[in-house]
Amino acid sequence: MKKRLLTLLLVTLACVTAISAQGRRGLRLNEVMIVNDSTSVVDDFGRYSAWVELYNSTFAPLEISSVFLTNDRTNNVLYPVPLGDVNTEIPSRQHILFWADGEPNKGTFHTNFTFTPGEDNYIAIYDANGLTLIDEIVVPGSLLPGQSYARKVDGEGGINNPDDWEVRDGSAQKYITPSSNNIIKSTNSKVDNFAKHDPHGFAMAIMAMCIVFTALLVLSVCFYIINRIGVSLSRARKIKAFSDNEELEEHHKEHDTGEVIAAIAAALAEHLDAHDKESTVLTINKVRRAYSPWSSKIYSLRELPNRH
Amino acid sequence: MFSEFLTQNLQEFWHLTGFYNATWQHLVMLLVGLFFIWLAIKKNFEPMLLVPIGFGILIGNVPFNTTAGLEIGIYEEGSVLNILYNGVSAGWYPPLIFLGIGAMTDFSALIANPKLMLIGAAAQFGIFGAYMVALLLGFAPDQAGAIAIIGGADGPTAIFLSSKLAPNLMGAIAVSAYSYMALVPVIQPPLMRLLTTKHERVIKMKPARAVSQNEKIIFPIVGLILTCFVVPSGLPLLGMLFFGNLLRECGVTNRLAKTASNALTDVVTILLGMTVGASTQASEFLTSETIRIFLLGFMAFVIASASGVLFVKLFNLFLPKSKKINPLIGNAGVSAVPMSARISNNLGLEYDPSNYLLMHAMGPNVAGVIGSAVAAGVLLGFLA
Repeated sequence: MKKRLLTLLLVTLACVTAISAQGRRGLRLNEVMIVNDSTSVVDDFGRYSAWVELYNSTFAPLEISSVFLTNDRTNNVLYPVPLGDVNTEIPSRQHILFWADGEPNKGTFHTNFTFTPGEDNYIAIYDANGLTLIDEIVVPGSLLPGQSYARKVDGEGGINNPDDWEVRDGSAQKYITPSSNNIIKSTNSKVDNFAKHDPHGFAMAIMAMCIVFTALLVLSVCFYIINRIGVSLSRARKIKAFSDNEELEEHHKEHDTGEVIAAIAAALAEHLDAHDKESTVLTINKVRRAYSPWSSKIYSLRELPNRH
Repeated sequence: MFSEFLTQNLQEFWHLTGFYNATWQHLVMLLVGLFFIWLAIKKNFEPMLLVPIGFGILIGNVPFNTTAGLEIGIYEEGSVLNILYNGVSAGWYPPLIFLGIGAMTDFSALIANPKLMLIGAAAQFGIFGAYMVALLLGFAPDQAGAIAIIGGADGPTAIFLSSKLAPNLMGAIAVSAYSYMALVPVIQPPLMRLLTTKHERVIKMKPARAVSQNEKIIFPIVGLILTCFVVPSGLPLLGMLFFGNLLRECGVTNRLAKTASNALTDVVTILLGMTVGASTQASEFLTSETIRIFLLGFMAFVIASASGVLFVKLFNLFLPKSKKINPLIGNAGVSAVPMSARISNNLGLEYDPSNYLLMHAMGPNVAGVIGSAVAAGVLLGFLA
């Protein structure tokens, strides 16, 4: 009973840790605007405030209440995302916007800190324990009013790596996208690539067949090796077993086939004249049978083995 | 006044009936459904698949007023059929079927003779041959991939992949895949006769060695790790296939294995077959695209069967005389389990009544299941 409880506890603990770790780690800072100069979006109160966009890079909804947002390296737990707001669940691969206006009384998505224009601004997300860093970035002080600092590809790249980020000025190539994808995709780029570079499908056929063959070849080689090991092990076991028992060894040498046994039986019958009221004619003809166990479905779908 | 009221209501009711809303397309589809049921009952062609699909076609093609918001159609959100259809559209029925296949399949033949796995790989050429032809016919790469998987002769895989790559073509692809699987006894034998000589058809293969319990337990574990490390996108199908097989072989989960291979598979087969059939609603199904999909599916199936047979012939060139493989088991590389293996056996017996090929053919047959799941994973990885 204790063993069962312990196992259950370990499995539950492993699942909870795995789920929690997998989920929260997928939260990303995605785009930031330090000075919103009325060219970007307004909040629910009609005001142009600085904003921070978070992105759920996982393929499952992510509840972010109780994680911390901060712009202070010495205080990891500056703004806890409030509990009890259904809107703090970010759908898979979607965004959420926080207003950095220093007015948390205006609602869940208004932080208690603001940014300092013209200076480097540090922003970080910490997990609910206040210790585990989920993501951080330093927004350069050179960012002009109306410009945003955004990940080149939504949610992709490392933590605090400026190479994955770029300044966006709102032009046709560098558009600002609060609460929306940094890269707007109208088509599947993979499909487009294949359509462009492999219009006849030769590359796909060659690559895919190579992969399929490789997968099954690796499996085949692996089982060839296991096969060899299995055969040699069973041979070794047989030799050991027979050498322990002389009688069995003797029997092993004889190799009596069915035909030999039948011939001996026939000879005995004739010699002993045992079947006095019978014809004593023994026929051993090959019988043509349409049915065989080999053609039976039950032999292709073998019975379940029992453990001994 | 009262009579006017009666007339008006009866007229409204008349507008809701199938008789009023019927079109020739509905009638054609109803005939297709009846044909499937006839094939299953009278010709015994895969009745477990064709009866649910055939009846599903009847259910999906009873005409009704689609603008009335009755929530009865399979494509109407919230309808019962739509809820059942979620297993197809979200792709979770096929992995459950694979769990059942794993729990009822004995991989001994494959483990005893691992080189037969390569036949299962060769037969997948049907998929990629059809992919090339589909591109020529003007399909986009993702649609071509979804259609080409019919060549794998594996219904659940076809449904799974098409639900991801081309959901709009899924009905046609699923019905096509299952139709050709049911027609294995008609399509494959002439092809096998055409591609083999009389001498090759009577090649006798050595009986496979007995496989130990340990090897059977190792197989699903190693199989999962090796194949899914190569193609992680095949995980839903391969994971469930090997999991089901481990339940069967480990010897300590007999109850789970029995449920997976019997009750669970039966339940999912009923739901899958019925909803796939019902998804062939005439307005969505009867298009020129469907006809092209059926033609491409046939082509894929023929190429796959031929590739398997020809690969064995090629393979034999490198094998010693005592270890030659009968090319009649090459067709079994397509994964229609166990129908195509039975075809190999029956054809072998036709030319030599003492030459039982079933157990040998089961090797490439189950390798075909793995191969088609890997091929689906490759297409998903490249195109999704």
